Amino acid sequence: MSDDEVAPEGATPTSHEPPERDITDGGPDMVQFLAADGTRLEVTPQTEPYAAYLEDLDEDDLRGLLRDLILVRRVDAEGFALQRQGELGLWPSLLGQEAAQVGAGRAMRPQDYAFPGYREHGVAWCKGVPPENLLGMFRGVNHGGWDSNDNNFHLYTIVIGNQMLHAVGYAMGVDRDGAVGTGDPERDTAVMAFTGDGGTAQGDFNESLVFAAVTGAPVVFYVQNNHWAISEPNDRQFTIPPYRRADGFGFPGIRVDGNDVLASYAVSRHALDRARNGQGPTLIEAFTYRMGAHTTSDDPSKYRISAEVDAWKAKDPIDRMTAYLKGGGVVDDAWLERTQEEADELAARIRRACQTMPDPPHEEMFAHVYAEPHRLVEREARAFADYQADFED
Amino acid sequence: MSTQSTATRMTIAKALNAGMRAAMERDPKVVLMGEDVGKLGGVFRITEGLQKDFGEDRVVDTPLAESGIMGAAVGMALRGYRPVVEIQFDGFVYPAFDQIVSQVAKMHNRSLGALKVPMVIRIPYGGGIGAVEHHSESNESYFAHTAGLRVVTCSGTEDAYWMMQQAIASDDPVVFYEPKRRYHERGVLDLGDRGGGSSLEDAPHALEDAVVRVEGSDVTVLTYGPMVKVAHAAAQAAELEDGPSIEVVDLRSLSPLDVDVIEASVRKTGRCIALSEAQTFASITSELAAHVQEHCFYHLEAPVLRVGGYNIPYPPSRHEEVFLPDLDRVLHAVETLLAY
Repeated sequence: MSDDEVAPEGATPTSHEPPERDITDGGPDMVQFLAADGTRLEVTPQTEPYAAYLEDLDEDDLRGLLRDLILVRRVDAEGFALQRQGELGLWPSLLGQEAAQVGAGRAMRPQDYAFPGYREHGVAWCKGVPPENLLGMFRGVNHGGWDSNDNNFHLYTIVIGNQMLHAVGYAMGVDRDGAVGTGDPERDTAVMAFTGDGGTAQGDFNESLVFAAVTGAPVVFYVQNNHWAISEPNDRQFTIPPYRRADGFGFPGIRVDGNDVLASYAVSRHALDRARNGQGPTLIEAFTYRMGAHTTSDDPSKYRISAEVDAWKAKDPIDRMTAYLKGGGVVDDAWLERTQEEADELAARIRRACQTMPDPPHEEMFAHVYAEPHRLVEREARAFADYQADFED
Repeated sequence: MSTQSTATRMTIAKALNAGMRAAMERDPKVVLMGEDVGKLGGVFRITEGLQKDFGEDRVVDTPLAESGIMGAAVGMALRGYRPVVEIQFDGFVYPAFDQIVSQVAKMHNRSLGALKVPMVIRIPYGGGIGAVEHHSESNESYFAHTAGLRVVTCSGTEDAYWMMQQAIASDDPVVFYEPKRRYHERGVLDLGDRGGGSSLEDAPHALEDAVVRVEGSDVTVLTYGPMVKVAHAAAQAAELEDGPSIEVVDLRSLSPLDVDVIEASVRKTGRCIALSEAQTFASITSELAAHVQEHCFYHLEAPVLRVGGYNIPYPPSRHEEVFLPDLDRVLHAVETLLAY
């Protein structure tokens, strides 16, 4: 528009911008069982295939899910605090994503293998990884302080999307091992691959979908769409939501309310069963929100408005499940108080573990570079030891 | 050669194939993966016949996506398999670079030894075949620079057979460079002398060992892969003319280097040429020059010379006859050294 073509005052500006939409609205395809206020929603033909999995849950299971949510949030808060106090170099918070992770984590069986990114503290919890083991890499004492095979929870992967392919390859191995479709619930195995909305732009993510599609590997892709890839919103990552992308690769994609632990759980169970039964991959998009910063090094006030955060706060996963279970008489204030105490004790344990975590001896740098003896590493390790010994004299 | 001899003459291509076959027979967890490796047997036919004999689950035709192949192979290795991944051509490895450097190389270290990724990454490399762009590169330095990887290359039939099996048996990831312009050159493979070749214990050399191919007393040529033949020819030419006595060391392992053999040779001759097809800047030949001057300084009669590709992109193939080091360039370097 040139200077002399000023629009008349008060005129409605013409715009090709899409109408402002509510980013907390997951749309009609989203599977949801609990409304934001904790009301249990009617089962619809769309949610019916998943609802069956909720019938398996008794009151202990339901309380267990809420306990997981509360404990995981407390673990996360402790990680954040430890960073602020200088005990950790970095902490990527999962605040807001507890239900997405606990739902998926509790849907997995012990033999199912998880390939996380680096924010999956809630999945780690469900798979039985002691939370203090997650701290080592953020404290700088190791690059991953747990044996993946202890809990079938792989090490955190920091390069976005790399792990999606590892999950598919692992699943191809599971298939070759005959651990798919036998009907034996102890044997049939699925693999779950975790990434975020930002991860869906990666080549490795898309290649993993291709490989899974053509091999029919028993893998579930679990995309937590927390709406922010550091400072970039969804519209910088895709124009079609992640769950719809699965269709183009030739397998089902489901959007689930990631702030509804029941929905996340049921949809994950469904997809994992398909994989274990030999029916191939599924892509789940858990529609959720990163309530905190990307990591402790980030400042979200630079790129997003607080009204958006407030809108998502009204959809908080823990408030929602608490309201539901309190309303149904499954938990009461005394239970909640006890669980909060348990969470505080867990946090204190993690804090102690972090503060007493020893620095590794420097010679350890040279260990485990190779699985077999290696001339150069051995030579340098000896030279390093000699050099260090000079200072001790 | 006695009449009982079990020696056969075999191309490098066939020896690589036979090595993979032996490894697959020995260990059911060995799986080949790559583009066109199945029915076609690979664009160079190195995996020919293996899918027919071992099935589609063990010789896997993958989608055309190198990072995908590499990442999936990592996952299979984590599940307990031993993937042997074929990268179709040297210049096509870059889409997989991230997976190789960030994951393949670092998984064992990151897990404090708990995890292993015993994979072989096969890369046909080097020029001299009149190919289009991206089909003639020597990019071994990228991977040799990365801790956590082993990088090896064969120069002949016997090594092709044994080194392939040793690489597959290694619990470490091994980048295995295959000298593609030598694929169809024949050499002797004698399994009769080596217990029928049924056990890796029978291998003539360890995977990490360098081997002196030609003994000499005046100049050491440190080289590998397709250039071993060129160095050999230079040594023969010099001998025929009663010229200087050239010792040829076939490095075989580029990471780690067998520095004992390298140092012993240079201490003996006092002169050293590092020879490769690869561009010389920040390369294997740079590393050799640095190592030799650090460790053999008082034995050197002259500076270490590098002979390699010029530091330009691999040129259109009409130039490759002058781009690639040949007999004359090696002999010229020898003369230069002796003139000091």
